[in-house]
Amino acid sequence: MKAYYTYFKLKFITGLQYRSAAWAGISTQFFFGFVYIMVYIAFYESGGKNIPMTLSETITYLWLNQALLALVNQFTRDEELFKMVREGTISYELARPKNLYFMWFFKVLGQKLAAVTLRFFPLIIVTSLLPEPYGLGLPVSFIGFIVFLLSLTIGSLLVTALTVLYPIVTLATMSEKGIVNLMITIADILSGIVVPIPFFPLFLQKISSVLPFQYISDLPFRIYVGNIQINSCILPIIIQFIWLILLIVIGNLLMKKNLKRVVVQGG
Amino acid sequence: MSFIEVKQISKTFRVAKKKSGLKEAFKSFLKREYLDIKAVDDISFSIEKGEIVGYIGPNGAGKSTTIKILSGILNPDSGECKIAGMTPWKERVKYVKKIGVVFGQKSQLWWDIPAEDTFDLLRDIYEIPEEEYLSTKNDLIEKLNLKDIINIPVRQLSLGQRMRCEIAASLLHSPEILFLDEPTIGLDAVSKQLVRDFIKKLNKEKQTTIILTTHDMSDITTLAKRIILIGKGKVLYDGSLKKLKNMYETETYISIKTKDSLNIKKKGIISKKKNKEGYDLVINTKLISISELLTVLSHRISIEDIEILEEPIDKMIVRLYEDYQI
Ligand SMILES: Nc1ncnc2c1ncn2[C@@H]1O[C@H](COP(=O)(O)OP(=O)(O)OP(=O)(O)O)[C@@H](O)[C@H]1O
Ligand SMILES: [Mg+2]
Repeated sequence: MKAYYTYFKLKFITGLQYRSAAWAGISTQFFFGFVYIMVYIAFYESGGKNIPMTLSETITYLWLNQALLALVNQFTRDEELFKMVREGTISYELARPKNLYFMWFFKVLGQKLAAVTLRFFPLIIVTSLLPEPYGLGLPVSFIGFIVFLLSLTIGSLLVTALTVLYPIVTLATMSEKGIVNLMITIADILSGIVVPIPFFPLFLQKISSVLPFQYISDLPFRIYVGNIQINSCILPIIIQFIWLILLIVIGNLLMKKNLKRVVVQGG
Repeated sequence: MSFIEVKQISKTFRVAKKKSGLKEAFKSFLKREYLDIKAVDDISFSIEKGEIVGYIGPNGAGKSTTIKILSGILNPDSGECKIAGMTPWKERVKYVKKIGVVFGQKSQLWWDIPAEDTFDLLRDIYEIPEEEYLSTKNDLIEKLNLKDIINIPVRQLSLGQRMRCEIAASLLHSPEILFLDEPTIGLDAVSKQLVRDFIKKLNKEKQTTIILTTHDMSDITTLAKRIILIGKGKVLYDGSLKKLKNMYETETYISIKTKDSLNIKKKGIISKKKNKEGYDLVINTKLISISELLTVLSHRISIEDIEILEEPIDKMIVRLYEDYQI
């Protein structure tokens, strides 16, 4: 266990060194946050019917989304793992007496947490100081906040389990371009980081409800804003947890299968 | 049974044929053509505990592929292999605790942090007890002369400095077997000497079994008594370097200092050239031995000085590769 923790720690510490990338990310996220908010405000003012979330719920959701984007998205990939597969430094990882899946899992987790640590505070502080209705609102209740934290924790592990799948698939395809990038794009859209799930057309909501992606961030964010009631969030959190276990199992199996026929590059 | 037993191992790589030109690119988009490359072709050998074996052959011969198979990283298509009682690719996680690997062309050190931090990570990965870790680490720091470089971020190290750290990183868990794939690549003469001395000492003190690939024949001459020569994936020679030398090193260079003029025609003398102080001869020692030649010469001329040079091993290897057509 200690080895995995050390992997996580090193990746986290080295991740904290990328400050300038983080500042660039922060400004992009402010920009996108404002653009999204303008669009939604216009949408609400045009008086659409059956809008699934209130404006303040939506805006808080959007800011949470921007503040935690580095954690909950799948497209900012850990370049190191793909490079490892492409260039064959995976040789060294394979020569270690540890489970490669979990080595990668904790690397991805460390990288994600470092990235979000650098970006999270400026965004949260600034957006919570913004005037109504533009700012980040408070959680629906204290209990709601606790449940949000629990669900976000499971969500972080879930997105890690998904993110680590892509380099594992790349072991077979040898290039992350094409199919893998397509998978990542679809996964990101279905997780609600572009448009919150409640705004999806009904058929797409049905599709995404049987997939793991909406349990990454959509569920915790909606718990935070109170769009999902505390007493009806037990089942979704259980499903979230089941997906996490399932994806870890799938990742391990896929890793095993792909390692059997992996072609280690270079030498 | 030997410590390392390799039986009829083969590995084929399937690569997509890529042709140039737009039309060909479009064709291959629709229907891929594949080419099978036999990287390792029915290789067998056995190695005893404590041996150092030089695994040599020209570029693309299959050396790295063999090392990858033996270290459990690559599954062969067929064949068997037992090392320390285990099949590397079947019991990988358990097996790799006993081995150390250095791939000269790759890095295992984390780029952004000092080598020592990677060492600490390896301590946790191999679950090395703290005391043992400290004494092994200090020993390696001393022998590989790492004291001044171990605290610098790896990306700021020179190639030779990094390579010394790489070697240390592979030995922290005191492996019984060490695979070295081109460990001296890019090193200057001093670093090479240091690394060679180190490997020699390691083998002597700890009985570490070592398999070494290299293109630098002086690595082999200083380190390995036994060599395995492969070409196009096949074992071409397995035996002592001395025997191979005897088989091959038939050309010897002799330079003689004399004031007399020499007129000699004899079987075995390949060439004769006059220089300022005497003559340069090239002889075939299979046809005429050096002592025979000297006897003949001393009857005809008075020799002031004599210098005998064996054929450089690199040249011998070139001829060897040519003869085997690899
Ligand atoms: N990942 C791979 N995919 C396809 N072909 C490969 C791969 N790795 C090696 N090969 C092929 O297998 C053959 C043996 O390669 P290998 O790397 O084992 O050679 P080597 O003896 O280590 O050569 P060098 O001295 O240049 O390092 C080569 O023809 C190479 O093209
Ligand atoms: Mg090689």
